[in-house]
Order: sequence, then C-alpha cells, then structure tokens
Amino acid sequence: MSDTALADRPPKREEGGPTKSERARAKKTGGPSMFQPAIVRRAIGDAFVKLDPRDMAKNPVMFVVEVGSVPTTFLFFRDLRSAGGQENLFAGLVAAWLWFTVLFANFAEAVAEGRGKAQADTLRKTRSETTARVRRADGAVEDVPSTQLQIGDLCVVEAGEIIPGDGDVVEGIASVDESAITGESAPVIRESGGDRSAVTGGTRVLSDQIVVRIATKPGESFIDHMIALVEGASRQKTPNEIALNILLAGLTIIFLLAVVTLQPFAIYSNAEQSIVVLAALVVCLIPTTIGALLSAIGIAGMDRLVQRNVLAMSGRAVEAAGDCSTLLLDKTGTITYGNRMAHEFLPISGIDETALADAVLLSSLADETPEGRSIVALADSRYGLQARDLGPDAELVAFTTQTRMSGVDIGGRSVRKGATDSVRRWIEDQGGTVPADLAPIVERISTAGGTPLAVADGCRILGVIHLKDTVKEGMVERFDALRRMGIRTVMITGDNPLTASAIAAEAGVDDYLAEATPEDKMARIRAEQAGGNLVAMTGDGTNDAPALALADVGVAMNSGTQAAKEAGNMVDLDSDPTKLIEIVEIGKQLLITRGSLTTFSIANDVAKYFAIIPAMFVGVFPALDTVNVMHLASPRSAILSAVIFNALIIVVLIPLALRGVKFRAAGAAAILRRNLLIYGLGGLVSPFIGIKAIDLLITALGVK
Amino acid sequence: MSAAAWVQLAVLVALLAITTPMLGAYLAKVFGDGPAPGDRVFGPVERLLYRVAGVDERSEQRWPVYARALLAFSAVSVVFLYGLTRLQAHLPLNPSHATAMSPALGFNTAVSFVTNTNWQNYAGEASASHLLQTLGLVVQNFASAAVGLAVAVAVIRGLVRRRSATIGNFWVDLTRGVMRVLLPLSFVLAVVFVSQGVVQNLHGFRSAHTIAGATQQIPGGPIASQEAIKELGTNGGGPYNANSAHPFENPNPVTNLLQIWALLAVPFALTFAFGRMARDRRQGRVVFAAMFTLWIASALLAMQFETHGTPKLSALGADQRAVATQSGGNMEGKETRFGPAASGLFAASTTGTSTGSVIATHDSLTPGGGGVALAHIMLGEVSPGGVGAGLYGMLIFALLSVFIAGLMVGRTPEYLGKKIQAAEMKLVVLYIIAVPVVVLGFAGTSVLLRTALGSTANPGPHGLSEITYAFASAGNNNGSAFGGLAGNTDWYNTTLGLSMLVGRFLLIVPALAIAGSLGRKQTVPPSAGTFPTGTPLFTGLLVGVVVIVVGLTYFPVLALGPLVEHLGL
Repeated sequence: MSDTALADRPPKREEGGPTKSERARAKKTGGPSMFQPAIVRRAIGDAFVKLDPRDMAKNPVMFVVEVGSVPTTFLFFRDLRSAGGQENLFAGLVAAWLWFTVLFANFAEAVAEGRGKAQADTLRKTRSETTARVRRADGAVEDVPSTQLQIGDLCVVEAGEIIPGDGDVVEGIASVDESAITGESAPVIRESGGDRSAVTGGTRVLSDQIVVRIATKPGESFIDHMIALVEGASRQKTPNEIALNILLAGLTIIFLLAVVTLQPFAIYSNAEQSIVVLAALVVCLIPTTIGALLSAIGIAGMDRLVQRNVLAMSGRAVEAAGDCSTLLLDKTGTITYGNRMAHEFLPISGIDETALADAVLLSSLADETPEGRSIVALADSRYGLQARDLGPDAELVAFTTQTRMSGVDIGGRSVRKGATDSVRRWIEDQGGTVPADLAPIVERISTAGGTPLAVADGCRILGVIHLKDTVKEGMVERFDALRRMGIRTVMITGDNPLTASAIAAEAGVDDYLAEATPEDKMARIRAEQAGGNLVAMTGDGTNDAPALALADVGVAMNSGTQAAKEAGNMVDLDSDPTKLIEIVEIGKQLLITRGSLTTFSIANDVAKYFAIIPAMFVGVFPALDTVNVMHLASPRSAILSAVIFNALIIVVLIPLALRGVKFRAAGAAAILRRNLLIYGLGGLVSPFIGIKAIDLLITALGVK
Repeated sequence: MSAAAWVQLAVLVALLAITTPMLGAYLAKVFGDGPAPGDRVFGPVERLLYRVAGVDERSEQRWPVYARALLAFSAVSVVFLYGLTRLQAHLPLNPSHATAMSPALGFNTAVSFVTNTNWQNYAGEASASHLLQTLGLVVQNFASAAVGLAVAVAVIRGLVRRRSATIGNFWVDLTRGVMRVLLPLSFVLAVVFVSQGVVQNLHGFRSAHTIAGATQQIPGGPIASQEAIKELGTNGGGPYNANSAHPFENPNPVTNLLQIWALLAVPFALTFAFGRMARDRRQGRVVFAAMFTLWIASALLAMQFETHGTPKLSALGADQRAVATQSGGNMEGKETRFGPAASGLFAASTTGTSTGSVIATHDSLTPGGGGVALAHIMLGEVSPGGVGAGLYGMLIFALLSVFIAGLMVGRTPEYLGKKIQAAEMKLVVLYIIAVPVVVLGFAGTSVLLRTALGSTANPGPHGLSEITYAFASAGNNNGSAFGGLAGNTDWYNTTLGLSMLVGRFLLIVPALAIAGSLGRKQTVPPSAGTFPTGTPLFTGLLVGVVVIVVGLTYFPVLALGPLVEHLGL
C-alpha cells in the first residue's frame, strides 16, 4: 500500500551538521549577557527617566511607593535644620530607601529592555532606504524608493541587492543572506511557488535574480515589526499580567486602607505615628517585590524567545504557549528527519543476503538522494561492502515518475530498485516470475510503517530494502517530558494510518492524524479547542495559514510563505519546527517566574509586620516587645531594616526575574511542591533573616 | 484542658464526621439537576408555591437576573421588617407591650436579620413582640439562610457547568433551601430541644414570687423553634437578650453540644455537596479541610485561653485549676453549667460560622480568648462560615489562592478547569476589599468620635476591641456582640447597619458575577499539567492565603487591642 510512496516524497530539508536551533543555542551562550556594562549603564540612566509619574502611574504598586517617598523627603528637608539628630537621620534614610525602591524597580525594567533595545538599534541599521526596481505591467522597469512601494508591486532583485520589502518570490530562485534578521550566516534558498517563497525586506540576494511581489506597506514590514517587538515599544500587558495587576492593585488598596486607618487607632492608643513611619509601613506591606519585577519578567520572557530566534507577535501568545495542552506536530522535519533511511535488507528465500546487499549497493552507488546514500552506508556498516567506482561501461538509470525505479546497467547486469509494483511489472515484462514470498515481506514492512523497495537483478527479484522514516534523536525523551507536563502531542502526517501509527508508536506521541489534509487539521484544532484544550502548532505553507490562525499558538516558519507568517502569532526565524517544544517551555517558565515571585512577595509580609508593628507601638505598650521576635535593636532600626530589606530584595531578585525560575519538565504537583517550598516558605522565612542581618549592620553603623 | 473538655470536643467532631457527608450528599441532590429524595412530599407543595408566585421552576436565570431577584427579595424583606419594628405596638401578638423601635434601631434590626447577621441592639424579650419575632425575625432566619444557600449553589454551578449562560433559578433555590433543608432540620432539632427543656409557648412575661420574696418576671415565647433555626441557619439572634446563655434557650450540656453542632452542620456539609456537584469529591474535602483546620485551631486556642484563666490571679494565690468542686479557668461572664472549655468552644464556633449566638460574654473572655474570637471573625467567616456564605467565601479565597500560586506550575491559573482571568480577579478583589473598607473605616472613624467613644465600657485596648469587634461582627455578618459597647445609638445603629449591608450584598453580587462569568467558560480538561487543587498541599495554601491575605490586614488593630492586653497579663 505504500508502493506509491516514492512518488510523493516529502519536501527535503537540509541535513547533516548541527540543526539550526542548536546553532542558535550555541550563539545564545556566546551572545551578549543581560548584564553587560553597556546595557547596565543605559539602564541606570533609564531608571531615573522612568521616575516620570506619568509612566509610574501604569504600575499602581510602584506609583504608591513614589507617592510615599515625596512627603517623606519633604519632611526630611523641612526638619533638617530644626530637628536634626537621629529622628531626622531616620527620615532621611527612609526617604532615600523609598526612592531606591522605585529606582530599583525601574532599573529592573530597564535592564530587561536593554538587550532588546540594543538589538533594535542593530536592526534599524539594516532598514536603510533602498531603491527598488519595480516592473510595471508593460514590462518597463522603473526605480522607486523602497518607502514608496505599494502592495502588489513586482520588484526585480539581483545578486548583491537588498530586497526592498517583504513579499513572495513570484519568479526565479535565488540564495538569500538573511543574517540581518536571523543572525544565521548560511544563505537560504528562496524560490517562486511552494512553501519557500517568502522573502523579508532588508535581506540580501546573493545569487541569481528573483521577482518579488511586495506584500506589506512600507513601515509595516517584518523588520519594522521586529524592531517594535524586540524594543518593547508596542508592548502591551498580557491577559494574565493584567489580571495580576488587578490583584496587586487590590492588595495595595487593602494595605493602604489598613495603614490609613491605623493612624486613628494609634491616636486612640496615644501613639500617633509620623508620616515617615506610616509611609514606610505602607511600602513594606504592599507587594513591591512583584510590583517592581512584574514587567521585567514579561519583557525578559519575550527576550528569551528572541534569543532563540523566535518572534512572538504578542505577549498573549507567549502566555498561551505556557497554557498549551495539545501540540500538533508535523511528522516530517519535526518528529522524523523526513528522509527515509535504509534500515535492513530482506532477501527473498533462497537468495544470499550478501548477494542482495551487493546488488543493492550497485543500484545505489550513483544515487545521490538521501535514501541512496543511506543504502550505501548500510551496506558498508552491516555487510562491509565498500563503495566502488562503477567504471566507464556502467549505464545509470535515473529515477523517473514513469518508471519509479532507478538502478544501473553494468557488465550485462541490470540492477534495479524501486516501488514494488513497478519492479514487479518490470520483471513480468521481461518474462520473469515474482517469488511468492515477496508479498509477505512487503506487507510486513508496510505494517511497520516503513517503505519497501524491491530489488531486482535481471529478471530475478532478490529482495527488499526496508526504508524507514527515522525518528529524530531525543524526541522520545522530549515527548515523555511533555507528557509529564501534561501536554499531549498529536503527530500530523500525510502518511497512511498504518505508517502513521507505527511512527507514532516509535516516537511516543500520544495521538496521530494520518492522511491529514489542511481541513482535517482545522477540524482537529477545533475539536481540541471545543474540549477546552489550547493548541500549539507550526506551519509554513499557505495551506497551513488558516490552521495557524486558528491555533492558540501558531508558529510560522520564517522560510514559509507570507500568508503563513501573517496567520501565525509567532515566527521562528530558524524555521525549526522542533522549537515549538522550547517555546512551550519558555512560556511556562515565564508564568512560573511570575507566580513564584508573587507568592514570595506576599509571603514576605508576615515578617515585615513582626518588624514594624512592635516598633511603632512599643513606646506606649512595652509589652509588645514580646512580638519583636527578631530582637531588632530599636524601633527606628527595625523600621529602617524592613524598608531596606524591601528595597534590596528587588535587586537580589532581578537576575532571577530576568533569567527565569529554573524550569524542569515535571508534573504540576511536583513543580508546585518544589516552588511552594522555595518561594512560599522561603518567602516567609527569608525576610526574618534578612531584616535581622540588616538591623545588625545598620546598628553597627550607628543608627539608633 | 480537662478530660471533660476533650470529650466534648471529640463528641462534637464525631457528630460532624457522621453528619457532614450525609447532609452533604443530601444537599447535592436537593440543588442538583436530577431527582432528589423527598420529591414526592415537597414537590407538590413547591409547585403550588411556584404557581401562586408565578415562578416558572424550569426556567433558569443568568447571573444579573438571579442577583436582581435576590436583591429585590432582600429589599422587600428589609422594608417589611422595618415596618414591623416601627408598628409592632399597634399590631397583635404583643403580650409584653413592646413599643416601636426608633428609626435607626428599626433599620439596624431589619438589615441585621435580612443579612443573616442578627446583630441585636435591643433585648428580645422586652423590645420585640411575638409577631415581630415569628413573622419577621424567624421568617428571616429561614429566608436569609436560604439566600446564602442559594448563592453558594449558584457559585458551585458556575464552577462546574460548562458554557452555561445561567446559574439556576433564585426562587427555586430559595424555596428548596427553606422547604427541603432548613424547615425539616429545624423541626427535628426543635423537637429535640423541647425534649431537653427548651421553652415553647406563646406567653408574655409571668410574674413569679421567689423564695426570697422578690417578684421576678419570667418571659415566655416560641423559643425552641426559634432556637433551632437560630443555630442551623447560622443566624444567632436569640429571642432573649442573654441568647444561648439563657437557661430557657439552652438548658444543659446536651442542648449546648447540639447547638454547636447545629451551627457547624450545614456550612461544613456544603463542602461535601460542592465535591459531589463538582464530580470530584476531593475538591470538596480540601475545602472542608481548610475550614476545619481554621475552626479547630481557633477552638483549641479559645478553649485553652479560657481554661487557663488569668495568670495574674494565680500569682495572687487564686486557684484556677479545674477540680471536682470548680470548673477552674476564667469564669467571668460564663454560665456555671457550661464552664470555660465549652464556652471557648462555643465562642470559636459561633465566630467561625457568622452566627453570633453566645453562651458567654465575649467581653469577659480572656484577652487571648476574645482575641481569637475577634480574629476568627476577621478571617472573613469561612471557617466554616455562615450557611452558604462560608462556602462561597472559601471558594472565592480558593480562586485567590489559585491565582496567586497557580502560575507556579507554568499555566495561567485555573480552578476546576475554569481559567481565572482579569474579569474574575476584578470581582475577587472587590470581594476581598469590601469588608475591610467598612470594618476598618467605621472603626477608625469611631475611635475619633467622642459620641462613638462614649458607648464603650472600657478605655484603652479593651475599648478598642469593643469597637472593632462590633464592626468586624457586623461587616462579616456575624452578629455576636463583644458586649460592653452600648450599640443602640444613632451612630452605631446606622454604621453597623451599613456595614452589614456591605458585608452581605457587596460580597454576594461579586460572587454571583463570578459564578456567571465562570459558568460561561469552557472547562480545561485536567492533566498532569493542571494545578492540583484536590490535595492537602492546596488545603495548606488556602489556609495560608486566608490567614496572610485576609487576616493580616487586621494585624495592626489586633495588636493594639487584644494582643496588647494579652501580653500585659
């Protein structure tokens, strides 16, 4: 049943050498650090620029801190002359540390933006204005500035020229240097028709000539989008970020209320509090840690994708990636190498296996297809048969779609290999007989999901080559990991159900969709979504576009068509479909980081209460010193220590916020236990230690 | 704590262990979609009621319609009750010649009973006619509890239904709650109470001559019937001023234990009903465990504080041990037939269930015991909370917990497969803000007002506790009075009344809106990547969130009130 398989070979991809994502990863480790001096310097400046209240108001938590630092600072300066002494020093220190708290938050965001901004600057340079040669309907070619191109214009681009805008190749084939956007120096082939027709403005044609139909308006090109994305200019809060901000604002209101109403209770208790102390208490109680780091976490998450050469068109897509419960993966290129490789040689009874191997080798020596090379390799590795020169009298028979066979005529022998029914017809035409045990062997191979190639020498059938679609290394483990994370993988393939099920079983995917048409894919996505699942998929062809648009996470390959790239909500510049798995992990890591720091931030409050409340009232109610479990030296040192801890913890956590909490593929229960222990319990305990340590330090420095 | 105290607690826990699953299963059937036990008995009566009222029992309501029906019902109830309090002198069934309540007191009383708070700024035997008691207050004892039940089941439906525009029919839920849950249970319990000596008649005051030659006014009334629903409906408003400390309401340790059980029975059982309706009983058990943990911790603390008494007295040579001849511990403001341990247990249970009935004066508890009672109320009445209110409160806190910690598993937060997004979080925030605003706002204002301060019986931290307790009790719809605060002033009648309204309806409306919003959503099927909400870990998380996010808001005022007092002992 897979006798026709040779006719519809899957599109070939480059093979050999490291995969692109591997190269990308190598590039990443050698790439710029988030904390390189240039970025940090720029971020320090930005931290002050961001003090603008109009910007601050977008972050209610930090805005409250800024608002609190203003009167505190005012009081410090007002009493600078009159009061002086420890009380004034205290006000000054609290004011300073409140400002630091705001600055640290701004710094975190600025550092997170830093690498993206640097990258955007580089990209801008590639966006220099070029002159496009537009071919008019009458065939005349005229020069038009690239900024004045219209959608639908046909541009002629020759070797050495910059492609003036995004579009699809409609004529010709060329090698293109896309390193400007992918950072990948090896050129790629772009050709008209098919799924490798999309070109990006700003990239350079290296050879040949192509005609590009412009598909985007100037200023809305891919590079423009990319600049806006990496720079974060068009960054919008993601749905979960919005929801989290609502909670943080709510908690801020509650704690503001608790502190504002504390003053009447304090007055009633003859222990009226200064504005400085109340401001310190508010700032310590509201969730400043997560408030300060929330946007940095989001930006850093997007940045991690960019570092892996994935452009997410919206933060929403990154969140959705974390939520995905079903991955639709194309078999070819994602799960398997996409090339069928020789797995074994099966002789017909009565034929010597080595004789078969020798014939097979002969038939394939001149076969430069990956299958052919894999046959030569297997003959060598298993039978010790060396490749040899065929000599001048050998006549090669090339594969054609009519004969569906290939081989060689040499020294009176006619060796052929090919689709079983073709070989069978060829034998019968020569008056030969087809051995009875051919059919069972072919049947067995087909059942196992392989492709049988019959081998004949003259009018004798010698045996069958078992070609097998090889599952990429490490895929089984990755699917296992996904399963542990609660994510189901569905393999999409054009293969027949038998082949599909065999490969699905070998790769360890949870389900498969065989003989899949684009409509089947859509139906599958709809069904998954109707069941409440979020679906992620990759695609490159124009007929993938509707599915990419429908999926919750649609990753388009950069090598794909313009339609596919527009339909998806992410583009993988490396065009590596396996990367979908990494994208899911990055999405999860982003959410985990956000949740961990939220939990940490809220858990911190307990210790702060124990530091500040006794300090506020121990003067009137000495018995409250019992609650001063940390034995902080004095009320002033206690409050100041809490404020300093509250500010410093932001700085301490910036690296974690930017790099993300370490992600391990495990079930939710295990991840929760672990993170709740580290960030929940850790969040409860660590401020007790931190505040005590700071108290010891500042007391030693002379704060009384 | 004495052995007797432990035995009481053990018997109570055993009773709850038996009744919670049974009652839970029954509740799940009553409010589920399929047939329920007793359909043949209750069905015809209910259908008759629906026909009279013009309710189509098969038509369900979207959340705004449900909420409007509930608010309209409550508004009419308030107006009706207010009318009764103002006109009772001119209406029949007034053997004790109760006079009209003042407008502020009438407002306070009407709101108090409709909101299931039962804060009483009046003495029942002298100021409320039998007509007001039976036609007004007792009806509301049933109705307000049934309203709570209705909201709870509506919220459950929102969580468990998929892509459903509707969350049930308020009128049907209300009717079923009264007819099939509260009336039968109350009837049985009232009969048991009567058998134990609880009064049940329609008399006014009777004059009795005591042996000492004095004249005593002995009150009568339909007490046993009121007593049953007072506890079962977590209402707490007693027909007598002394509430369950009165021997006619609560004559002996058996009725006392039954009263405590009655407080806890329906709120705890609702968690099991939730588990059944969610078709995942672990979910119900986890919520139960969180409620139980908070309740038992409070109970043990309060019992401990009360049985230990006052260290300063021991230092002066007073014997506060429990021995055969004395109950020991702190006996101030307590009934000798109950003693400190039972009083502590009752106090923790009544404050954890938003009931507010008392067998001892909370004002006279030790600072520790009183602090536990106050803090227990401040946790938001979810341990196990009022009938219905406790469950929907805890479910809202579960949404909050899931939202805070849920991200830690790498998915956007979901509870029972429902994504918790911005729309829900707005409502959750509204829910958790409403009560602190009124409690802290009004208490903060009161301590600055000379007229308001004049109502306190004590200066200093204890006075602060008295004021704070009043607003915490009203805002959380508990209704128990710390005592010591003369609440029947225009200021307190009005502000406490407003607190009750906010604490009831500004929670119910967001809760119903959440139900509506979640009900419309698709359910994400559970997988290994789903945040586990059916595990003991989630119980711990839920308890942590209730204590840290809800409870800690009040830490400053608790520190200045009971904590300072306690540490000063």
